[in-house]
Amino acid sequence: MDAIDRAIVNRLQEGFPIAAHPYREAAEALGISEEELIRRLNRMLERKQLSRFGPMYHAERLGGGLSLCAMSIPADDFERVAEQVNAFPEVAHNYQRDHRLNMWFVLATETPERIPRVLEEIERITGYQVYDMPKEQEFFVGLKFEV
Amino acid sequence: MPETTNPPLDALDRRIVVATQAGLPLVPDPYGAVAREAGCSRGEVMERMRRMLSNGVIRRIGAVPNHYTLGFRGNGMSVWDVADDRVEHYGRRIGELEFVSHAYRRPRHLPEWPYNLFAMVHGRDRTEVMEKVARIAAMLGEDDRGHEVLFSTRILKKTGLRIGSG
Repeated sequence: MDAIDRAIVNRLQEGFPIAAHPYREAAEALGISEEELIRRLNRMLERKQLSRFGPMYHAERLGGGLSLCAMSIPADDFERVAEQVNAFPEVAHNYQRDHRLNMWFVLATETPERIPRVLEEIERITGYQVYDMPKEQEFFVGLKFEV
Repeated sequence: MPETTNPPLDALDRRIVVATQAGLPLVPDPYGAVAREAGCSRGEVMERMRRMLSNGVIRRIGAVPNHYTLGFRGNGMSVWDVADDRVEHYGRRIGELEFVSHAYRRPRHLPEWPYNLFAMVHGRDRTEVMEKVARIAAMLGEDDRGHEVLFSTRILKKTGLRIGSG
């Protein structure tokens, strides 16, 4: 990443215009051409320096259900349970973590009512308890990430 | 505490979400490209997206850096046990720290899980994450009734959040 890439990342984390020619507007503010901005964004996405570019949606405000769930799985049963949990399309991310609660996944459902049903189903299939930790209050989401 | 609820999205809103949730098209007229996919005019796309931005359905539009690729290889989920009447105060202060990307209040599960405040802490490596966690602990002082940091050891699944077009 050169100085221009860094300027793009730093500037475009703060927002992007909703306009007929938004790349042109953003490029002018950065002192580059529209074509160069689009080319550099493409390249940074290809190189995975950006994980995405566009609108960030607020999952609950889209009307869906969202929760963070944890399970405590013995080492010799971990792979089986990981496979069973991952098979649920509602499981969006799943991470192994170094804790007694060693499996942490995000559940995203079309409606909030579906969350408890999917959790019951996961408990029934795996035979282990699921700790449901839905967000009760959000203090901050985002990144103030200078590159 | 429940969040404020917005009027539900209609079918056109949902088509716009589906057309943009993986990203905004990288073409000179991206909202026009979304409009062609959603079956409406560019003006309608812009109006709907402005509304979703103002009511918080869209958090923001822009670039999301990949901290891992950019050298921030450490990220730890720090979890804190803070008195219920202090959690909002500290949640906001922790959320203001430049190395914290998410800060939430979540329910305890006593006795196994006493933590009610979660903050994702980013650093170049685990050592830097632990230094930053120590800064949070110092900020909480005696109000830190206990904390832990959980590092991920393996990604088991990562598909991202997607809504269907149905």
